[in-house]
Amino acid sequence: MQQLDRKLGFFSALPMFVVLAVSFLAPLVVVVLFSVMPQKVFDLAHVPDFSSFPYFFEQGYYKSLLWSLGLAFCSTVILFIVCWPLAYGMAKVFGRFTLVITIAVVMSLFVSENIRLFGWVLTLMKGGLIDGHLQAWFGVGIDGALYNVPIIVFGLVYVYFPFMLFPLAQGISMVPDDARQAASDLGATRWQILKEVDLPLAAPGIMVGSLLSFVLAAGAIAESKLLGGQKIIVIADEVETAFTYGQNWPLGSALAVILIAVIGGFAIFGINLINIDQIMGKKR
Amino acid sequence: MKTSATTRFALYAYGILALIFLYLPIVAIGFASVSKSRYLTFPINEYATQWYGRALESQTVSDLLVTSLKIAVIVTIVSMVVGFFGALAFARYEWKYRSLFQKIILLPIFFPQAVLGLSLLMWFNAIGVLPSWKTAVVAHLVWIAPICTLIVAIRAYSFDPALEEAARDMGASTFVILKEVTFPLLMPGVVSAGLFAFLLSWGNFPLSLFTTGVDSTLPEWLYAKMVSGYSPLVPTVGIMSVVASFIVLMLALFLPRLLRRGSEAS
Repeated sequence: MQQLDRKLGFFSALPMFVVLAVSFLAPLVVVVLFSVMPQKVFDLAHVPDFSSFPYFFEQGYYKSLLWSLGLAFCSTVILFIVCWPLAYGMAKVFGRFTLVITIAVVMSLFVSENIRLFGWVLTLMKGGLIDGHLQAWFGVGIDGALYNVPIIVFGLVYVYFPFMLFPLAQGISMVPDDARQAASDLGATRWQILKEVDLPLAAPGIMVGSLLSFVLAAGAIAESKLLGGQKIIVIADEVETAFTYGQNWPLGSALAVILIAVIGGFAIFGINLINIDQIMGKKR
Repeated sequence: MKTSATTRFALYAYGILALIFLYLPIVAIGFASVSKSRYLTFPINEYATQWYGRALESQTVSDLLVTSLKIAVIVTIVSMVVGFFGALAFARYEWKYRSLFQKIILLPIFFPQAVLGLSLLMWFNAIGVLPSWKTAVVAHLVWIAPICTLIVAIRAYSFDPALEEAARDMGASTFVILKEVTFPLLMPGVVSAGLFAFLLSWGNFPLSLFTTGVDSTLPEWLYAKMVSGYSPLVPTVGIMSVVASFIVLMLALFLPRLLRRGSEAS
């Protein structure tokens, strides 16, 4: 039986390995190879000179990386605070309403993120859904809601909301009611229960949610472009510009490699910490 | 420990607020799509459905629809197959590299998609493949096949391996077990994975952006119009794309039920 399991496991993993080898591993190898090529070449038949990497510091690209990481960090913290009560409600209080929220949130995921961000532009712009109606009804509007740094964080919080909400709800549902009851019987305050029972026991969910939001937000482009109006340039945007307007693949690749190294570092570290079987509800 | 009535009320109110927050921008687009004037300002003075007529007549829009649809259908079929087997390796079989396999599957999900799209573009270029909608299928699979695996895996975790063992003890071959026991049990997971695959591919933008070459998908076209100046067709086509995914979702949710009821009645 065990022998058979081993063989079957390997064979059923094969299709996925093929997909990932062609569409994930190979492209990454190509990016790394391109990143060490001389400037502005379009194929790999050159002597590597590593000339792109010094630009990261010389031309201030590191600032874009810091912006990306900073924005991702802020939005992750805000997401955690915003999602916690809702996730708690979904896991412990709502019952049927949980299903409604789940379906509604999943459905919003199926709408392309740039359509939804464009919706926010229409909502917040001068003469938009909010400003226009306020002007018409009260004569005072909101000005300058768009094209600043906080609105980029807002956009990130909006887009990555489901990626924090669902893991958190899953994490909180792993906290046994008995443990909370016991803590409460022993005289723990609400704050103590949160700190000593809920947070530690829901840690795997918190971990996955924060990791997902942080990593995805750090690589995001559309929020700063559509809502931020190029107020700041995030690193993924620099990568794109180097490829498109710059026509400098090696520079773009070098920036991408740095971004991948930072994000991949976080991702691998986080994935290694969690017990995948446990969080996905393995029963055996 | 009972939650007090006040807390319950506050949580429900919060939940409803969250849903409003999620759908407000889509509502804004909805209003914009039925505005008569070419230059949009709120409140909308005159409503008209002319832009829908315009969009339905447009050859560009129907080309976009066909491209998006082709990609989504192929991605769905491949992801369902890969996801079904992947989930068995992920959750069911005890094999040597299972935990490594689980981690490898999570990696592409935790990856900036725009960077992934660019890397794919360079890879296709390096092996001399011209980007088209076919390369976009490969690009979508990087992200969607792992997600499908996770969705089927949730189902596979709750499945009792004793059922397979019983079939084996009665002399069923590995293939027969897969066909008669494993597949029917995982079927609901495979169907929802397929639904996710279709809808995620339909709405995906960052992976398509660099990998479709001369072909263009709906989200790409919308983005291009958004950054290069407003067109009254943007909200209209956006809403049409939303409505299309909503219809697919509803069909997937209710069609099986209707069919079952139909077959029971007859």
